[in-house]
Amino acid sequence: MYKGQSGMWSWLLHRITGLGLLLFLFIHIVDISLLGFGPQVYNDGIVLFDHIVVRLLSLGLVGAVFFHAFNGVRIILIDFWNKGTRYQGRMFAIVLVLTIIAFIPTAYIVLKPQLGLALSWFFSPQAILNVKR
Amino acid sequence: MLGLSRLYSGSRSGAGGFETFSWYYFRISGVLLIFLVIIHLVIMHVTNDVSCTTYAFVAARYANPFWRLFDWLLLTIGLTHGMNGLRVVIDDYARTARARVILLGLTATLLLAFFMLGTITLIAFQPVAASYQGPACIHS
Repeated sequence: MYKGQSGMWSWLLHRITGLGLLLFLFIHIVDISLLGFGPQVYNDGIVLFDHIVVRLLSLGLVGAVFFHAFNGVRIILIDFWNKGTRYQGRMFAIVLVLTIIAFIPTAYIVLKPQLGLALSWFFSPQAILNVKR
Repeated sequence: MLGLSRLYSGSRSGAGGFETFSWYYFRISGVLLIFLVIIHLVIMHVTNDVSCTTYAFVAARYANPFWRLFDWLLLTIGLTHGMNGLRVVIDDYARTARARVILLGLTATLLLAFFMLGTITLIAFQPVAASYQGPACIHS
C-alpha cells in the first residue's frame, strides 16, 4: 500500500529536498559572513553566483524550495483537515503541478542574464570549456 | 545518555514531551518559512538579479533594521527547522546508541556554530563609506 506509492515518493522527496536546503543554508551562512571582510571579498564571492554553472545549480535550489513548501502545506492539511488523508494522493499531484508552475517562470528569470550561454551549453556541451570568468 | 533517553522517551499520554513540541514546531516554523523564504527568494533572484546583490546592495538594505530582523528570523527559524529535520533523519538511520549520540552532538554543535556565525554577521555589519562599496552589479 505504501511502498512505491505517492506517500513514499512525497516522503522521500520531502526528506531529500529538506537535507539539500539545509546544506545550502550552511553554504549561504558562510558566504554571507564574507560581508565582514569588506566589499572586495564579498563581491568576489557574489560574482560566483552570476556564473552559468552556479545559476543552473540554483535552479535545483528553487525547485527544492517550491516542492518542500507546497508539500509542507500538504502535510499540514493531512494532519489538520479531516479529509486530508483521503485526498493525500491527489494533493501530492497538485503539489507537483504547483512546483512546476512556480518553477518555470522563476527558472527563466534566474537564467535570463546568461540564457544565451545556457542554450549554447545545452546544444553543445563543449562550449562550457570556453567559458571564462 | 540518561538525560537524552528521558528527553526522547516521548509521552504516551499524548501531550507534552520534546517530540510533541518538535511536531508542532515543524508545522509552525514551516508556515512562517513559506512566507520568509519565498519573499527572500523573490527579492534576491526575481525582482533583483543575483549579480546585483552586491556589498552596496546589502549596505543599502541593512540601513533599515527591518531587513536585519527579517534576515535574522530567516536564519533562526530556517536553521532550527532544518537542524530539527536532520535530527529526525539521524534518529531514523543511526544504528547504535553511540553513533546516535555522536551525530546528535555534531548536529547541536553545527546548529550553535552556524547560528552564532550568522547572528554575528548580521549584528556586526557596518558598511564602509559608499565610495568604497564597489559596483551596483557585477558580472563574471
